[in-house]
Amino acid sequence: MAKFFAVTIILIAIGSAIPIVRGTWTQPVDISTHGYEIDHQYHETMWEAGVAFLAAQIILAVFIWKFSNRREDAEIRRLPGGATGLVLAAVLLVGTEVLALGVFGMNAWAKVYFAPPGPGAMPIQAQAGQFAFYFRYPGPDGTFGPLHPDKINEANENFFGLDPVSDPDSKDDIVTAEMAIPVNQEIHLLMHAKDLGHSFYVRELRVQQDFVPGLDVSVHFTATKVGKYEIVCTQLCGLGHYNMKTYLEVMSQEDFDSWLKQQAALQ
Amino acid sequence: MHDVSGQAAHHAPPQGFVRKHVFSLDHKVIGKQYYALALVAVLTGMVLSWLMRLHLGWPNLAIPGLHWISKTGAPGNLMTPELYLQLMTMHGTIMVFFVLTTAPFAAFGNFFLPIQVGAEDMPFPRFNMMSFWVTFVAFLVMIASFFVADGPTLGGWTQYAPLSAVGAVAGPGQGSGVVLWAASIGIFCIGQLLGSLNFITTTLDMRAKGMSLMRLPLTAWAWFITSCIGLTAFAVLMPACILLILDHVAGTSFFVASNLVINDQLQPHSGGSTLLWQHLFWFFGHPEVYVAIVPGMGIVSHVLITNMRRPLLSAKVMIASMGAIAFLSYMVYGHHMFVSGMNPFSALAFSFPTLIITIPATIITLLWIGSLYGSKLRINTASLFALGFISMFVSGGVSGFFLAQPSIDIMLHATYFVVGHFHLVMAVAAIFGIFSGTYFWFPKMTGKMMNETLGKLHFWLTFVGAYCIFMPFHYLGIMGNVRRYAQFVDDYLQPVLGVHKFITVAALLTGAAQLIFLYNLIHSHFWGKAAPENPWQATSLEWSIPSPPPFDNFGGKPPVVYHDPYQFGVKGSMGDYIMQDSPEPSPTGD
Amino acid sequence: MKMKKRYQYRSAPLLLALLLICLGVVILGQKVNAAPPAAGKITGTVKLDGAAPHMKGIDMTKDPYCAKYHASTPAHLENVAVGSGGGLENVVLYLSEGLSATAAAEVPSQKVQVDQKGCQYLPHVIAVDVGQQMEVITSDQTAHNIHPLPDMSTGNIGWNRSQPPGAPPFDSAWKGEEVAIPVKCNIHPWMHGYIAVVKGPYATTDSDGSFTIANVPPGSYTVTAWQEEYGKQTAKVTVAAGTPATADFTFKAK
Repeated sequence: MAKFFAVTIILIAIGSAIPIVRGTWTQPVDISTHGYEIDHQYHETMWEAGVAFLAAQIILAVFIWKFSNRREDAEIRRLPGGATGLVLAAVLLVGTEVLALGVFGMNAWAKVYFAPPGPGAMPIQAQAGQFAFYFRYPGPDGTFGPLHPDKINEANENFFGLDPVSDPDSKDDIVTAEMAIPVNQEIHLLMHAKDLGHSFYVRELRVQQDFVPGLDVSVHFTATKVGKYEIVCTQLCGLGHYNMKTYLEVMSQEDFDSWLKQQAALQ
Repeated sequence: MHDVSGQAAHHAPPQGFVRKHVFSLDHKVIGKQYYALALVAVLTGMVLSWLMRLHLGWPNLAIPGLHWISKTGAPGNLMTPELYLQLMTMHGTIMVFFVLTTAPFAAFGNFFLPIQVGAEDMPFPRFNMMSFWVTFVAFLVMIASFFVADGPTLGGWTQYAPLSAVGAVAGPGQGSGVVLWAASIGIFCIGQLLGSLNFITTTLDMRAKGMSLMRLPLTAWAWFITSCIGLTAFAVLMPACILLILDHVAGTSFFVASNLVINDQLQPHSGGSTLLWQHLFWFFGHPEVYVAIVPGMGIVSHVLITNMRRPLLSAKVMIASMGAIAFLSYMVYGHHMFVSGMNPFSALAFSFPTLIITIPATIITLLWIGSLYGSKLRINTASLFALGFISMFVSGGVSGFFLAQPSIDIMLHATYFVVGHFHLVMAVAAIFGIFSGTYFWFPKMTGKMMNETLGKLHFWLTFVGAYCIFMPFHYLGIMGNVRRYAQFVDDYLQPVLGVHKFITVAALLTGAAQLIFLYNLIHSHFWGKAAPENPWQATSLEWSIPSPPPFDNFGGKPPVVYHDPYQFGVKGSMGDYIMQDSPEPSPTGD
Repeated sequence: MKMKKRYQYRSAPLLLALLLICLGVVILGQKVNAAPPAAGKITGTVKLDGAAPHMKGIDMTKDPYCAKYHASTPAHLENVAVGSGGGLENVVLYLSEGLSATAAAEVPSQKVQVDQKGCQYLPHVIAVDVGQQMEVITSDQTAHNIHPLPDMSTGNIGWNRSQPPGAPPFDSAWKGEEVAIPVKCNIHPWMHGYIAVVKGPYATTDSDGSFTIANVPPGSYTVTAWQEEYGKQTAKVTVAAGTPATADFTFKAK
């Protein structure tokens, strides 16, 4: 049975690796300017994790095969290097590897979170609330009018709680149910939560950020490919969590301008 | 060295059914009671997972009888999204608390720690008895939430605020369901603290003559380290639960910020912090997962050594590594919060200890594998599960490389990759530790042998089945399949619906295979072959007493310890081993 | 044979008596339960004076099923639904004063149905009596949750239940008068309706703004018209047997 077990372990290890090697299920194509570093980190980590995984499983299997069913009077042998060798292996092989991953991975993280958005970044406000995302564009005056949570009235589609009658800056604000952005334009997404925790996740954009009630959080990114991508909620927010999504449409500048005009007319 | 000889815990033999089997002061009975509770809990949790998986594989399926579980959540026996989330929350909560924190630590630890240190019982038998009954009450309170108006809470075992704190306005189950959840967990914490107290004092103060700390078996060390984590981690969870309950019943706003609008109504809360809950919870939550796995590591060491007929390459390094993991476990918790809105610099501060913790984890794994080299490995159900633990721990551990890095976590957070990671290390590896311990110690606990053929069949089906269930989770996560979804309606998820169906079938079959274990357990308990005192030719003190042990363990004669716990591969009077309490000298000198 | 004949003769009057008694009970019973033979009705129209406010369109992008449903017929808000000729739809009319205790306590046995269709409530406003069963059905292939948000001081208790596609209908009844309970779907934030819980006979205006409140016992009443944006208006009517009473209302556009 030991040999059968050893073979099973190896088959499972190799079988598990096959979909990874063949890329059966992968992340979608990266359409962001910062995603390259994240993907690079991911592939580096996959190599190291993959080697560690296969090596450990295969060695485990080989030892099970070799050292079971031995004769009663067989001699117990010590692994060359003993415990010291193993500690050194753990520190030098695995420890330095993962720390290197961590150090080099800092760049990928820094690009997303430590660098502020550029001066030309286009601000879009995003609000997450049970169970939909809504977005606000500042309109021609470039200013967002103030938010009045007590004026939120979904029955009248006043999702943000705007008061265009009293607040002139709100008069030209454009509230939309999906987010359209021009391609190759940096976006500064200003995020707030209406009611409880939600999260913004666009796989292709390599962005995931929680909406935190009580905190104004922001992310910035630039999309490089025209297309339609899903924005999904990843922070459990209640019964409609699985259905809380909308679309990100990356358009040419002209298409975006006409889209925004259309949306303005619908306000 | 201590010469307490178990006097502090001395108590008279119990009389009557109630004192013997219900309100017992005997750590062995308490251990078995914990085991029984964990068994009921794991069966409950498993059925909940079947219901979840059925719905995920076949969302439009009317599941017969579903309406018995939920008054309003199963119209026409169709699973509503809230019922799915409620089942998921109960599944996670019951499994993590009432199975993984209970069986490896409280069940086996209570039974065997006093024996392994050479004591008659724990120093505070009444606290010990209370710890079980308090835990039992906590379980009843948790189950009670199925019977309140709109059912149990649906916020996940993590109960993030404000969803958990604003009350019933947030949806079904978020009113009294949350209060019951928090009350249950708060009560559970009390039981855990009482238990940890006993474990620590037993290990430090109740050791028999000759039993120095370094002569303790690795299971005793694992339980000791676990109880230190338990004491500190649960001490933070309990106040967090109290604050959560206060937000519900006393109008406080610990976790609820101002100006939140739910159902077009401004919520009457102000000044609370969403992230505060996450900090409190994960400060507990991460050490908690080590509470779940460290006893299993001890069991794997203990079982493997016996079945390899040789000690580990270094017991000291194993103990130091388990201790290092426990120590580091407090510094890593923020890796659950990389994209939570916490300061991005702190992401790096948490990432590095998370990466560093791979070092002691790797050392532990390499010690097991390295000790296999040149050993005389015996294959039986207990050793199969121990070896299976190693395979599962490797598989579950390497996915940690990804999740430890915040930049990669941007893509993998809240996806099935995380779910695959923690299921492999907790739901599989830790459970394998419980199985290994069961098959190994069942003869001692009951005086009967389990059926080896059934045991091996159980192992094979579970080992292959568990990989079939949980390996695909990683692929789903890699392509961005978000977790905690009641159904997969998004465009990008349509191509993987087939994978989910496969997983569901694997889960149902693997679950069914556990009935073999249940049958073996019950049948052997009553009709198994009589077990000898030392069926595995093992060395630690539990194997020097009858199977099952008398109420005072050593029959009034406290043992004297002459050797380290793993004298294997030596020429002893009984074979290739020398028991700890055997006065014959050992060629190795200890 | 002589015996049989006697039995037959004896049982015949007995049977006849029983039959008469049964008939009597049935007739009398009917008399007690039936509406007074001279029950009247109140008819009328509700109009909007002024330009109908623009009803914003609804962007249902977040749920492709809903978006597809309205691909050719875009959805818009229904807060003020003005038909041809200025008639206001979805106005609830009920008798706020003048009902006898018995009439007020009567609960119709038929159910009032509210459907979820195309990710909107149909009808947008429903009227129902205290204690009358409201049947909630769903015609959509996407899940909805039905979440009435009553004012608890009326004795009504809110609830929140979802109906996945294909789920069977369920019934719910209300304890206290409330005009009106807002009902929403959390999954589709634009989805709103109202449940007006009243006592006694009631009606809701159709797309022309016209209504008929039937089964009104003769007497003097205050009829209240309620529209979700414009609030309430009242009119006094007297209902006589055989003569339909009328009450017309005009709400002023803001």
